[in-house]
Order: sequence, then structure tokens, then C-alpha cells
Amino acid sequence: MSMQSAAAPESSRGSLAIAPAEIPPSRSMYWALRRESWENRSIYIAPLAVAGVALFGFLLSLVHLPSRVRTASTLDPMKQQELIEQPFDLAAAALMGAFIIVAMFYCIESLQRERRDRSILFWKSLPVSDLTTVAAKASIPFVVLPLFAVAVTVVLQFVMLLVSSAVLAGSGLNVGTYWEQVGLFQASLLLLYHVFTVHVLWSAPIYSYLLLVSAWARRAAFLWAVLPPFVICVLEKMLFNTWHVASFLGQFFTGGTEGHYAPGTMPMNPLTHLTPWRFLTTPGLWVGLAVTTAFLAAAVRLRRYREPN
Amino acid sequence: MACIEARGLCKAFGTTIALDGVDLRVEEGRILGLIGPNGAGKTTALNAILGLTPYQGELRVLGRDPWTERERLMRDVCFIADVAVLPRWIRVSQVLEYVAGVHPRFDRAKAEGFLAKTNIKRTSKVRELSKGMVTQLHLALVMAIDARLLVLDEPTLGLDILFRKQFYDSLLNDYFDRNRTILVTTHQVDEIQDVLTDVMFINRGRMVFGCSMEEFEARYLEVMVNPDQVAAARALKPIHERQLFGRSILLFERVDRQQLAALGEVRRPSIADLFVAVMGNSTGSQASGTQGVEQ
Repeated sequence: MSMQSAAAPESSRGSLAIAPAEIPPSRSMYWALRRESWENRSIYIAPLAVAGVALFGFLLSLVHLPSRVRTASTLDPMKQQELIEQPFDLAAAALMGAFIIVAMFYCIESLQRERRDRSILFWKSLPVSDLTTVAAKASIPFVVLPLFAVAVTVVLQFVMLLVSSAVLAGSGLNVGTYWEQVGLFQASLLLLYHVFTVHVLWSAPIYSYLLLVSAWARRAAFLWAVLPPFVICVLEKMLFNTWHVASFLGQFFTGGTEGHYAPGTMPMNPLTHLTPWRFLTTPGLWVGLAVTTAFLAAAVRLRRYREPN
Repeated sequence: MACIEARGLCKAFGTTIALDGVDLRVEEGRILGLIGPNGAGKTTALNAILGLTPYQGELRVLGRDPWTERERLMRDVCFIADVAVLPRWIRVSQVLEYVAGVHPRFDRAKAEGFLAKTNIKRTSKVRELSKGMVTQLHLALVMAIDARLLVLDEPTLGLDILFRKQFYDSLLNDYFDRNRTILVTTHQVDEIQDVLTDVMFINRGRMVFGCSMEEFEARYLEVMVNPDQVAAARALKPIHERQLFGRSILLFERVDRQQLAALGEVRRPSIADLFVAVMGNSTGSQASGTQGVEQ
């Protein structure tokens, strides 16, 4: 070693690089996701806890079930079905709510925490790219959580159906009609559709925005994410007495065209008209997805450029 | 073959210049100590070498550009930033699994072997381990990776002396060989004096001194001068002088040992003493004739 910048011939450099053993990208991705599941146990604990509470509430309400079914049988078929379905819809709505809350808190935390506790120095000492890491983190709200929430909902509703059927059978009521009215299979497919159109594709800019703020903010990422839009909305109200920004932002939560249900109908009501074609041809959806991509790319870049300390 | 090669490496944070044209060449199989005061640019230099920060100038690590090829480079480079960077929520078994999953050169059995010599339980979380144990864990992970360059940034900060000693012992006995290169920064300079093969001083973003330890020992001598011979000793142009218990200790460069022995007790200087001398001279009068100091 010498202090002088000894001029090494350029050709000798290439020979320094030895052939590296390859880790396929899918394997890095798998381990990046495993890391997320270890680090953020709320991803699966919160939906399970909500499901547990929903099941408990449903079990308590079973006392009234036979009388409820008897009352329902006197109503017209539409109302009848609505009344029977109601607890199932409520359970699904509770799990969707849990999914959205967990996803948002996950996003706002995920890229900031590793910098705050400086563990990013450890993660970056391993051959995993910033792109893989951010992609794994983004896939939690976009893929893992919605699928898990739907799966838990389906299992929960199935358990609810079995238990309530047993109670009805015990009271001598017709279980077959009840199963028909609940229509679990159809409801599950609709739920899956609803979650991925409204809460994933349409809401994608929200999650990617939160990830971006998480990658950018040195501290208090939650405040940075929430306060600026809030202040803009208030200013607009004060200056122009309008709510355009608020309603613009609000539509990402309510789900655009696929989120516009008639008042009083639950999202997973099978009678809701599905308009996938209209949904997929809404320019707003594609603008939103383009913005999502840009936000995620910026998050990757920020993770790469941010000084580690 | 150079493991690290930098030419005119620069880095500024706003108006603060962290690296001011660093030239550096580290050959394979060396253990280089990078010594400098706080804020001298040590960590910035290491971050540039590790691809954690962009820079100006030329930099090649194992023949690669660290900034554009970080994840590829990390197959051949390991680093321990300091004791606090293992995520606190992770379990010992999980971190072993994870590194085995993503690192093509990680030998899990080897890491388990190192851990078996410690009191670390597989089921413990990092937050439940003592600082010394976290370092043992991190070292076990790093030593089980067949890397070609290991970068240690204050690896023993905050550890008690037993752990510090153990840390460097295992590094030398169980890890280091002539195919690997180790780059280490630390404030506990004297503890690693016998570990290093080369030493380099950095100050204000510049390399101000560098030599191999053989050269260091051949070139520098320290004399505890007999009180009546201080004037004669000073005539030999020491590069540094300090007082200890009322005795003068003079540091000489390239002065004949026999000649010095006549003046008092001759001994090998510590890197810390030379560091003080070089830093004092480079920040003060700059009057010394210390060679290797780039002005």
C-alpha cells in the first residue's frame, strides 16, 4: 500500500471481480418478505384479532338468531336477504377496516424505522438491492395484506355460517334456505373483487404516498404525511370556501366508480352492479397507478441516497 | 492487486467538505487502520467505499464502482458499522436464516459454530442481548461470510476491554488470511497497533499520513531523554516532544537507534503518539519535516 495514487493499469481491474454465486431475485424477494413478516407482526395479528372479536360478537348475537330468521321469513325476499346477510357483511367490513388501518400504519413506518434504529446499515451490508427492499415493502399493502384479509374473512364467515346453521338446525329451522340467503361463495368472490379494485388499485396512490413520506421524513413521518394535505384543505376552505382538494383526496379512500354504491348497501352485496370494464377504463385509475409507480421509484431512490446516519 | 483504489475522492455535505481529494490504495491481504479525529471524514470515506453515499472522484473496490454496483459488491464485502445496527426486534435464529437466505457466500454451520462458543441463545431477540453479545453475534455472521473485504467502523465502541480483546483475537485467529483485506477505524488505537499491517491518518478530509507497520517501526523511535541531555536530543530535530512525570519524551523520525540510545531510554512509539505528533504538526505550524504528510 502506498499513499501515492499508483497508476494501476486499467486492464488489471477486470480480473479482480470473481464470478459471484447467484441468488435469484425471487429468493431475495422471498427473504425480504420474510423479514417484513418478522418485523411487522401486526400484518397478521391485527386481522386475526379483529376476526376473533367479530366471531365473539357473532356468537353472542346467536341468541337472537332463530327469532331473527323467523321475522325475516315474514318480509319480502330483498329485505329478508339483507337482514340475514347483515352480520356477515359487518364481519367483512370490520376486516376491511383492519386491513386499511394496518396497511396505512405499516406504510408510514416501514422505511423510516430502519433508518431511525440504524439497522439500515445492517440491511445494506447484505446483497439485497433497494429496489427489492422497497418492492417487498410495497407488496405488503398491495398483495399480502389484502389477500390475507380476504382469506381471514372467508374463513371467519364460513365458521359463522357453520355455527349459526347448527343453532338454526337446533331450533328446527330450514338451514338450506339460510345457506342460500347467505350465499357465501358468491359473496367471497365479490369481496375479492371489491378489495382489489377499490382498496388496492384505486387506493394505490395513498399507500405509495405513505411509503414515500416514510422514506423521506427524518422523523414524525405520520405528521408529514397528514398535515400538509390537511392544511391545504383548510386553506382552500378559508380562501375559496370550497372542498375540492378534500373531495379529490377523499375519492382515493372511497374507491372511484367501483366504490359508488347506493346508500345502505354493503360493498359485498351481491346485488351491487359490478362494472369492471368501466372501472378499468377510468382514466383516473391509470393516472393513479402512474403516480403510484413514480412515488415508489422516488422511494427507492431516497432509500439509496439518504445518508445512513 | 489493489483491493481499494481511490483517486481524488471528494464529498461535500452542503458547504462542509467531508472528503477533500483522498488518494488511497489498499492492497489485498492487508489490515489497514484508518485513524482520525472526530469529523475527519473516516465514516464518510467508509460509506463511499461501501456504496452508501455518492461521491466525486474515482473509486474502485474489488474492481467495482461501489455506488452503482452496491448489491453486487456486498457479496464480497462485509461491514460492521458499530454495535448498534442489528435490528433490535430480530431473533438470533431469524438473522441466521435471513443471511443464509440472501447471501451466497454465507456458511451457516460456521456461524453456528462461532455462536456455540458464546452464551447467545438462538431464541433470543437482539434487544435481549448485551452489547457485547450483539457484537459477538454480528462478528459470527460476518466471519461466516467468505468475503474479500471486511470494513469495520468503530466495531468495538462501547464494549468492555474483555470483549474488545476477544473481538480482535477472533478476527485474527479465525478469520483473517492473506486473501482477505480488513479496513478498520477506531479511537482505541493502541489496542489494534499489533493487529494492523498498515496505518493511515485522516484529517479534515485528507490523508495526512500513511505507512506500513514495518515501515512505522523502522522509521520512528521514541526516547525518554535523560534530563541532562534534553538540549542534545532537541538538536536531533524530534518531530514531537511531550512531558511525562517531568521527563521529556521525544519522538524521532529516521534517526539512528544507537545515537538515540546514548540520550536515554529508547522504545517503540505507539500509533497514538505518532498520531498526536502528526496531527499537531499538520494542524499547527506545519513546520515539521514529517515525510508522508501531504500538504
